[in-house]
Amino acid sequence: MRLLLEKRSEHSQLMTVISPLIAVALTLVTGGFMFLAMGLNPFEALYVYFLEPLKFFWTFAAEDFWPLEQLAVKAAPLVLIGAGLAVAYSANVWNIGAEGQLTAGAILGAVVPVYFTDWQSPLTLIAMLALGAIGGMLWAAIPAFLKNRFGASEILTSLMLVYVSQLLLDWLVRGPWRDPAGHNFPQTVAFADWQVLPVFGESSLHLGVLLAVIAAAALAFMMARTLKGFEIKTLGVSPRAGRFAGFSRAGSVWFCLLLSGGLAGLAGIAEVMNTVGQLQPKISPGYGFTAIIVAFLGRLNPLGTLIAGLALAISYLGGEAAQVSLGVSDKSARVFQGILLFYVLACDTMILYRPKFVMDRPALAEKPT
Amino acid sequence: MSELLAIVLTIITASTPLLLAAIGELVVERSGVLNLGVEGMMAIGAVCGFGAALASGSPYLGILAAMAAGAALSLLFAFLTVTLVSNQVATGLALTLLGLGLSGLIGESFVGQPGVKLERLHIPGLSDIPYLGPILFGQDLLVYAALAITAAVAYLLFRSKLGLVIRAVGDSHQSAHALGYGVIPVRYACVVFGGTCAGLAGGYLSLAYTPQWIENMTAGRGWIALALVVFGSWLPWRVALGAYLFGTVMILGFAVQTKGLGIPPQFLSSLPYLVTIVALVVISGNRALTRANTPACLGQPFVPDR
Repeated sequence: MRLLLEKRSEHSQLMTVISPLIAVALTLVTGGFMFLAMGLNPFEALYVYFLEPLKFFWTFAAEDFWPLEQLAVKAAPLVLIGAGLAVAYSANVWNIGAEGQLTAGAILGAVVPVYFTDWQSPLTLIAMLALGAIGGMLWAAIPAFLKNRFGASEILTSLMLVYVSQLLLDWLVRGPWRDPAGHNFPQTVAFADWQVLPVFGESSLHLGVLLAVIAAAALAFMMARTLKGFEIKTLGVSPRAGRFAGFSRAGSVWFCLLLSGGLAGLAGIAEVMNTVGQLQPKISPGYGFTAIIVAFLGRLNPLGTLIAGLALAISYLGGEAAQVSLGVSDKSARVFQGILLFYVLACDTMILYRPKFVMDRPALAEKPT
Repeated sequence: MSELLAIVLTIITASTPLLLAAIGELVVERSGVLNLGVEGMMAIGAVCGFGAALASGSPYLGILAAMAAGAALSLLFAFLTVTLVSNQVATGLALTLLGLGLSGLIGESFVGQPGVKLERLHIPGLSDIPYLGPILFGQDLLVYAALAITAAVAYLLFRSKLGLVIRAVGDSHQSAHALGYGVIPVRYACVVFGGTCAGLAGGYLSLAYTPQWIENMTAGRGWIALALVVFGSWLPWRVALGAYLFGTVMILGFAVQTKGLGIPPQFLSSLPYLVTIVALVVISGNRALTRANTPACLGQPFVPDR
């Protein structure tokens, strides 16, 4: 039996919507087998991993609301970065170094608490956020420049810069930026009250969550309703057609990298301002890489990344929960994320092609002409 | 002088995994497939090789396990990109994320365990020649294997019919298909060859280079190998030269570090990544060279018409 792919005459709208759902379902089934192989009850493990964080929806108990807040807080950086990457990938600009841009944003944003520790003004937060975004943009400008000027692959340069930024951060927190009163721990001074993002009411939901929603909505509007969005999509689908329309390929490389880099930088500074509270050698559990999965699971649509970001945030929370109550390593979360991306990409084939199983190649002689 | 000898020996062991991974990826790209999952396949190769060697006590079984693990992951990649014509860039990234995640999970119980080391060969007489002996005749088996693979790939790609078919598939899959060559089987074979080499490269890290398991011990070497293919403009011996140049840069960084010149270690550690960027810029800036050797169908999907 062989698998044949038959090109559809147009994109299947139905498959665009249900292919990520099929992918999630297949990931859960695969995960069940994985837990079984680890000697766990797969149903119990999957419940702890993926449903426990959502318990509020059927218990409505106040104490179950907290995981939902955590979910939103974890999803915020994923959505911020993922929405930007979705735009970049639509234009065939492969920025895979968002983790590095996140780190660069966190570093530049932390200049305020490190050097202007006592500067207390309504502008403090704005300055930190702006510096964070600029840090990410500067870091992303390097691959953009090298791509346009020398034709160097942005895939490899942006990724190499991830390692460079992490080593830079490591040097800063162990060297010049180390908190002198920090008992030699590799960390900067803890950010003061006026250097962290405001939270909504009594919750742990901070301004970064709102920023993520705004960014996703704004980018969705840009892609669907503006000339810039049309330009990006055209250059992505058909660079030749884009050139004839007068769209600049170099311009879109700059735009996409600066946009996705800036958002990653923003996510980075927001993350250290609230979740971490200071600079440390490790400030992110790989949000920049997970956001790649968010972009694809969200159909390269900024609004889709909102849902996809929440879905992947569950894997982080579930990983922590599974470690506590099942003794499963939280590293399993990254395995789930990798498997999920595989299934998403495999299922996406059905958008463009109709899979057909044929028993065998018919002999040429028997074929009616 | 013996210090210099030690440095040269370490350079060779640092270059070998880069060469193994890069030469495999070169064949994959020559067949028109871009597999960005080298890093993930190396990580899986490293952890499986380490585990198998630990369980059996034999580094050679570890090497076989590393190769099998890399090949298995690459088969998954081939199924998605060749059969299901998924996006090669995205699928390669998925492979890297999965490989790194899975290796961390598998290797959790290996952390801190002393590994099984792949010993260097010792040929009585020859290996004892001062200086030249240890360099030429006293390496471990895989150092020679990497060079032998390079020679074989150089010969097969450019001096045999098989190589002509592989390059035809990579340069113009429609023409190759029209001539009756199986584009899909050729690509499957090349991808699996690349995965085997990447697994072997990973196994080399955990069995010979530093015989232990540390999470993320590949430290971007898979990505550097990808850059090396571009740097060597898809020519086997240039890739080998590039791998040894990179190994030299990495080790000189360490050597300077031990001298304690007051340069922060993080700067020296970031040297290989910065050098990779510079190398990419230099070679990509030379448009004539890259255009002449880049496989024309690199990264493009192929669906046979019937």
